[in-house]
Amino acid sequence: MAATVIVIGAGPAGVRAAQALVEAGLRPVVIDEGRRDGGQIYRRQPEGFKRTYETLYGTEAARARALHDAFDALRPKIDYVPDTLVWNIEPNALHTVSGTRHRKLAFDALIICSGATDRLMPVPGWHHAGAYSLGGAQVALKSQGCAIGSRVVMMGTGPLLYLVAAQYVKAGATVSAVLDTSTFAQRLRALPQLLAIPSALRKGVALMRVLKDARVPVHRGITPVEIRGTPEHGVQGVRVRQADGAMLQVGCDAVALGYHLRPETQLADLAGCEFRFDQALQQWLPIADVDGRSNVKGIYLAGDGARVRGADAAERAGRLAALAALKDIGMTCSEDEANKLRLQLNRFTRFASGLRTAFPWPARFAAALPDETIVCRCEAITAGDLRRVVNDMGAKEANRAKAFSRVGMGRCQGRFCAHAGAEVIAAEARVPLEAVGRLRGQAPVKPLPMALAPHKDLETSE
Amino acid sequence: MNERADVIVIGGGIVGTTTAFFLRRRKRSVILLERGLTGQQASGVNFGGVRRQGRALEQLAMSNRALQTWRRSRELLGEDVEFLPSGHTRVCYHAHDAEYFHRYAADARAYDLDLEVLEGAAMFERFPFLGRDVIAASISPLDGHANPRLAAPAFGRAAARLGARVVENTEVVRVEKEAGGFCVESAAGDVYRAEQVLICAGAWANTLSTQFGEPVPLVARGPQMAVTEPVPYVFKASMGVYTSIKEESVYFRQVERGNIVLGGGPPGPADADTRRASVLAENTVAQLAQFRRMVPAMRPLHVIRVWSGVESYLPDSEPVIGPSSKADGLFYAFGFSGSGFQIGPGVGETLAELLDAGSTPIDLSSFSIRRFQRASLTHAQSLTSETSP
Repeated sequence: MAATVIVIGAGPAGVRAAQALVEAGLRPVVIDEGRRDGGQIYRRQPEGFKRTYETLYGTEAARARALHDAFDALRPKIDYVPDTLVWNIEPNALHTVSGTRHRKLAFDALIICSGATDRLMPVPGWHHAGAYSLGGAQVALKSQGCAIGSRVVMMGTGPLLYLVAAQYVKAGATVSAVLDTSTFAQRLRALPQLLAIPSALRKGVALMRVLKDARVPVHRGITPVEIRGTPEHGVQGVRVRQADGAMLQVGCDAVALGYHLRPETQLADLAGCEFRFDQALQQWLPIADVDGRSNVKGIYLAGDGARVRGADAAERAGRLAALAALKDIGMTCSEDEANKLRLQLNRFTRFASGLRTAFPWPARFAAALPDETIVCRCEAITAGDLRRVVNDMGAKEANRAKAFSRVGMGRCQGRFCAHAGAEVIAAEARVPLEAVGRLRGQAPVKPLPMALAPHKDLETSE
Repeated sequence: MNERADVIVIGGGIVGTTTAFFLRRRKRSVILLERGLTGQQASGVNFGGVRRQGRALEQLAMSNRALQTWRRSRELLGEDVEFLPSGHTRVCYHAHDAEYFHRYAADARAYDLDLEVLEGAAMFERFPFLGRDVIAASISPLDGHANPRLAAPAFGRAAARLGARVVENTEVVRVEKEAGGFCVESAAGDVYRAEQVLICAGAWANTLSTQFGEPVPLVARGPQMAVTEPVPYVFKASMGVYTSIKEESVYFRQVERGNIVLGGGPPGPADADTRRASVLAENTVAQLAQFRRMVPAMRPLHVIRVWSGVESYLPDSEPVIGPSSKADGLFYAFGFSGSGFQIGPGVGETLAELLDAGSTPIDLSSFSIRRFQRASLTHAQSLTSETSP
């Protein structure tokens, strides 16, 4: 019998992985949380929406179309399971939920292409209605054609800051300001590495031109001070300190935040993959070899869910992981092609490290957060609460601090607060970030309905 | 390092931390050795039920003692461990279980545990949210629940403030009897000495009791816990199903901030060596069906997290508490079989009394480690005969 290979995710990495498996004669299962394929970057608009590729994806229109066409061609040759969350993984089987329907699927090999979400740094007032992540602001636009507000501020750093701002401008939204925490000098320093992918660098410059033409104020080297707002009216403005020390206030009714991306690693964690602290990224990442093999037999990691290198790299990494899986289950595949993909990925790795230099994670902001700032928005835990468990209760490790303070215990399970929370702990305990450790992943990956249909229905009285 | 105290407590769970706490109140010097951090395993990951009803009658004296400590916890600890004396209710689906509720309530009265058993319309009037399969409820108004993540560490810190030496991240590899007491050696080679030793090391206790020729058939299992998103606080009492059918035996409690903590059903795998335990996905799925049966209104809620930890179980589901039968000055308290959290401070207070004064009015005879000696002998013989050529 042919091996059962499951691919999680139908973004750039997942689609290219599935394609390589189909080419080898397999019929993979592709499970995706989205209603349609494309992932986040090439997210397809809902059925019935009529925006053109150029409108939706701008400079990436050709790539988006190529990926969608490739997936459409695969459809008869794969088992496609959209609108479905993988909520738990055990050895050689995974558990899904779609609506309230539970399914268990066995696999011989699993390729996890779980993508990335925004890396966030708390700022006073970010709990007000109208504060979004940059990725969230982009989803609203791509999926539903909505802006998050009528006057929007984009704040943080990273390529997405400029991309989303430019997409909002092109869609006709008012972008009141782009507030970047990194400096022009940092960008210049990164230039040699960014030249690894000249086309990407050119696109970045083009985005800046879009903002300039629309006269969107762009401030670099800023320090966020506060998102102003009230519980009744939500976000009303943003206050930042400029590079020269002067205060700047910008009125707005929505703000999008983000500091580059973080891989969605919970599935790798539940699959038992070992993690290692990456000094350059200052993040805990699942261990994977260049082809995407994790330390767990049969588990492969590809795309931004393993290492954030962008969509073009993800397409190659997805294909490469599939080739590795095929090889490991005893099927032949082209070693030449694998070599070519590895070489190409090297360039993306260099480019990604350039992006880190150009748009660094502002770890120092965490130590400076006022005590009353909420760090964990799900559970409404403040920086002061977290500092108290470090000082009064001796919690210097992430899971211990979580047990005492509830940071990371809410709906998002720390996906959006764990990085900053760990920085707060490290600063307060005066230990390196690595020593704080990482929150252990726990199922379900996202909230699981209690109406989940069981194996045999026991309900008699509803 | 070479340190000495009157008593060495091995294991920083709820029993170890409370024993250290009560020993310090009796002015005895204590070293508490914990392989990880205090309250990290069974004491920290359990349901958090502060429940007397349902316990073997022999446990109730210590359980009552424990309740007094839970009630005074804020005053004793100087901090809040979220003890909520909001009552505990057992419900059942089967007629023979309802009969047992009445029997147990009658028996428990002699131990100062007053229970009220309701059936039919009176029960649904009190608990209108119960599913129609439920036929009886046994209510213990003075029981409740507390936060297990906070309790044992808080007792550990309180003991330390009173002068106990609490040493974390220290795994004990050897306990030896020597002239005048015991010598306890850690994996790192540190040596601690004391006249008396208490082994309350949960799933790790058997390795140490075996060093004194007292092996026990202890197995590690993981509780299958889950929690919902916060919703309006409506379920005041902690509530569980009493049944002989393992799948039906689920329980829940709602905390004041709104989350509902869920647990029960068959346990999951746990490994004392790796200190890992997992929640089996199938168990979660089966649990949710049972909750819909018990409280149909839970259907629209979501589980946001599941967790487990390493608990230790004995074949008769009763703990070992009391002196070693082999070495004077050596004491045990482990194997609480999923029911150690509430009674923990009562066991700690009783052991502190026993170690300090040499006796306690509480009868510990049914918890003696001796009860496994005959059984393990038979087991060892059968193993020998099976493996003999």
